[in-house]
Amino acid sequence: MSLIRKTAAELGSMIAAGEVSSVEVAEAHLDRMTEVEPKVKAFLHVDRETTIAQARAVDTRLRAGERLGPLAGVPIAHKDIFTTRDMPTTAASMILEGWRPPYDATVTKRLREAGLVILGKTNLDEFAMGSSTENSAFHTTCNPWDLTKVPGGSSGGSSAAVAAYEAPLSTGTDTGGSIRQPASVTGIVGMKPTYGGSSRYGLIAFASSLDTPGPFARTVLDAALLQEAFSGHDAMDSTSIDAPVPSVVEAARHADVAGMRIGVVKELGGDGYQPGVLARYNEAVQLLESLGAKVVEVSCPSFTTALYAYYLIAPSECSSNLARFDAMRYGLRVGDDGTRSAEEVMALTRAAGFGPEVKRRIMLGTYALSSGYYDAYYGQAQKVRTVISREFEAAYQQVDVLVSPTTPTTAFAIGERVDDPMAMYLADLCTIPSNLAGNAAISVPCGLAEEDGLPVGLQIMAPVLADDRCYRVGAAVEQALESRWGGPLLKEAPSL
Amino acid sequence: MTMVYDEALDAFEPVLGLETHVELGTRSKMFCGCKTTFGAPPNTQVCPTCLALPGALPTANTMAIESTIRIGLALNCSIAEWCRFARKNYFYPDMPKNYQISQYDEPLCFDGYVDVEVDGRTVRIEIERVHLEEDTGKSTHVGGATGRIHGADYSIVDYNRAGIPLVEIVTKPIPGTDRLAPEVARAYVTELREIMRSLGVSDVRMEEGSLRCDVNVSLMPRGASEWGTRTETKNVNSLRSVERAVRSEIERQAGVLADGGKIVQETRHFHEDTGTTTSGRSKEEAQDYRYFPEPDLVPIAPDPAWVAELKAALPELPSVRRKRLQAEWGLSDLDMQAMHNADAFDLVEATVAAGAPPADARKWWMGELARRANETGTPLADLPITPADIARVTELVASGALNDKLAREVLEGVLAGEGTPDEVVEKRGLQIVNDEGELSAIIDQVLADNADAADKVRSGKIAAAGALVGGVMRASKGKADAARARQLILEKLGVSG
Ligand SMILES: [Zn+2]
Repeated sequence: MSLIRKTAAELGSMIAAGEVSSVEVAEAHLDRMTEVEPKVKAFLHVDRETTIAQARAVDTRLRAGERLGPLAGVPIAHKDIFTTRDMPTTAASMILEGWRPPYDATVTKRLREAGLVILGKTNLDEFAMGSSTENSAFHTTCNPWDLTKVPGGSSGGSSAAVAAYEAPLSTGTDTGGSIRQPASVTGIVGMKPTYGGSSRYGLIAFASSLDTPGPFARTVLDAALLQEAFSGHDAMDSTSIDAPVPSVVEAARHADVAGMRIGVVKELGGDGYQPGVLARYNEAVQLLESLGAKVVEVSCPSFTTALYAYYLIAPSECSSNLARFDAMRYGLRVGDDGTRSAEEVMALTRAAGFGPEVKRRIMLGTYALSSGYYDAYYGQAQKVRTVISREFEAAYQQVDVLVSPTTPTTAFAIGERVDDPMAMYLADLCTIPSNLAGNAAISVPCGLAEEDGLPVGLQIMAPVLADDRCYRVGAAVEQALESRWGGPLLKEAPSL
Repeated sequence: MTMVYDEALDAFEPVLGLETHVELGTRSKMFCGCKTTFGAPPNTQVCPTCLALPGALPTANTMAIESTIRIGLALNCSIAEWCRFARKNYFYPDMPKNYQISQYDEPLCFDGYVDVEVDGRTVRIEIERVHLEEDTGKSTHVGGATGRIHGADYSIVDYNRAGIPLVEIVTKPIPGTDRLAPEVARAYVTELREIMRSLGVSDVRMEEGSLRCDVNVSLMPRGASEWGTRTETKNVNSLRSVERAVRSEIERQAGVLADGGKIVQETRHFHEDTGTTTSGRSKEEAQDYRYFPEPDLVPIAPDPAWVAELKAALPELPSVRRKRLQAEWGLSDLDMQAMHNADAFDLVEATVAAGAPPADARKWWMGELARRANETGTPLADLPITPADIARVTELVASGALNDKLAREVLEGVLAGEGTPDEVVEKRGLQIVNDEGELSAIIDQVLADNADAADKVRSGKIAAAGALVGGVMRASKGKADAARARQLILEKLGVSG
């Protein structure tokens, strides 16, 4: 079997055993990229030489007897929202085009320390605002299952790269579903860890109280290995949690749900959901029951208002977070011809540098925080957020994990929702509650929808710091379905 | 037209408010590890966080939080059990994030007070809040006439100051100061400065901007119960300016009101050169800062046990120290207050510690040296003379080696950089004439030259001896011991004193 079809865990073992070098593995993936990138367009930046140099350095370290982690030498695609010293970092925005950060994000740093080899930076919706990569200032990424469909977003470049076998692993960030929704629509595994479980230092902020770095992979175990490699406490991030957490890798190897209590969220499903999505989802729930889990229905009535609270909180934070892009210290500068004031240059730069969706959210947030509106909008949204957290807590009194479809529909067509922001926002209906509560949630593939043959994802939600439960249940579903299907869902990217 | 101060106060009563910013003397910045050394080359004390590079995050400086709590405790404040930072959003080129991390409706310390003494009266200034925030960078506007951003050819920004911890201390409105308003304002800032010094949390140098003051003033007609519209005067950068700014704003507002005008709620700028204020931004143009809780930082929840420890470990506060010193030194309230206003406590205390009697130490610092400081416009503490020098001079006077006039000359020599008091005495030859033979010879000459006066004394008009003593002092160039000279004159003329 060719190197690109291997899991990250397999590649890590082969490299550690000296059966293959990191350089060979990197080259295999770079070759694959040369072949499929013109169709998929998952990456914003690829630099073969830098990648090979990294792989060579890992090979040297391994040959010198240095003990690195289980993913040493394995290539990874890195979302272009994490700063990287050796590659540009743009957040897919014109305002940062060509910016070379002088520092590595904590996630980047930990990838390097674990010996992962960065293949390049992946596409996203500008500043992670969107569900399709169509808001990227540079190009739209295509879904490897059907090139006319979106790969999800905002981390669509990362999901497409893994689904297209360009990389065995990738990083993402999840603010309202930006990992789970792309994972779901490309048939791979994507995990949003507990908020504070992985560091935001060097992650270009969209909404600080929601942004969470997390892994993409084709298997549950690979995702767990990657999460373990880059997560954990970071003194550079004040909101990073400094507490011992159960091992997610062990949980991913412990695919057993016998006796677990699983709650089906009543409010996430039903009307407005694609029938093929619901069919696969219901089968997954039955499967869990057949594996010995106790399934009960749980009601979380406020989840229906989560979307509205989210679209006040996230834009409010983003309106402030994106204020730093002012042409003064880095990035684009427009209109500095000696006749204009600093304020005018700032305004012209921001007008030219931000795309329409970013501007829409900055304006929404500026309005929601304005004097006289704050209580009615931002203040009220925070109250809803508190209520949602309480409903989660109450639900976790009854059950160990909650489940729902990851998204109401399978991948939609490129261009289908660009003129309808509300329709676009609905893609995150099921994922947003976990962001508001800060708890852990994973999306694992659970089959193809009959009507379009596109992947469907099962979302498994667990309490804060109980990330291990997501992996344990996810691994059980994966194991049972693969034995039913006689192999993984994504044997190869169908359209490539 | 402005109104003269006394007339203004006949018609109106002022209400004051003060907002003071104190730059903490922590070694690193508020939200990153950068150094805070004053005067370092531009943009050498910066990092991704204080430059607001994409992705960088703040982490709170625990020492700064501790200092703020200590300040709050020293100002008799309650300490919040739980509070958050907040973002104050506005665009300005020297503010890297285009928001300032500050505190909004949840200050770390609140509801305190500080007592100040003015003109024998104790005035209690109530403190509304003490909160922690970060400083901005510093812009320099090159070209243009005003040095302001408008009209400049270009501007350059130094981000070394960006992110230095600032504590903001806000008073509640202060009514009832009446004619003493300017003095109360000054006494309050002076008191704050001493408290900061005693806590060791800041070097509180107004000229370097580590203590900055905004002065709010409003007037109401005498007998009225509702306060008037207030203005906020910024850029008040010395104790003297605090006093002048209040006075000038009272005069200006009284003039406007007396002419039937209205006070506009606005920011005003104080000008050191003219001692007056000019209009800045009005309330209508004022920004909506869109405050919201800072999501990048976890809330501050000081452990009550820790706060109690900090409270127990507070140093002796300046007002307590003053009471102690007054008792030890036996000085009057007025003497103590004059010393306080002149910022002379540390100097006098150090001089006493160096061996001088308290009354003498006070006399020199508050007399000759205060006069010199005033003449040259130098703060007392910056005069080139040490408490030890003063103590030595008082010792020389006490031993009879110097008289008062010579002592002044010695001080002049020390201030002129001629060395220690002993070196000046040596170089300038300022010892009192102790040689009886030499003194006797001078007296004989003076008696011969002033036969009339000598006769008067002989005939019992002892008061006439003063002129003869004066003659001896002149002849000796002030080096004679006047008392001894008088004694000898009387002896020689056969009368007993
Ligand atoms: Zn810094």
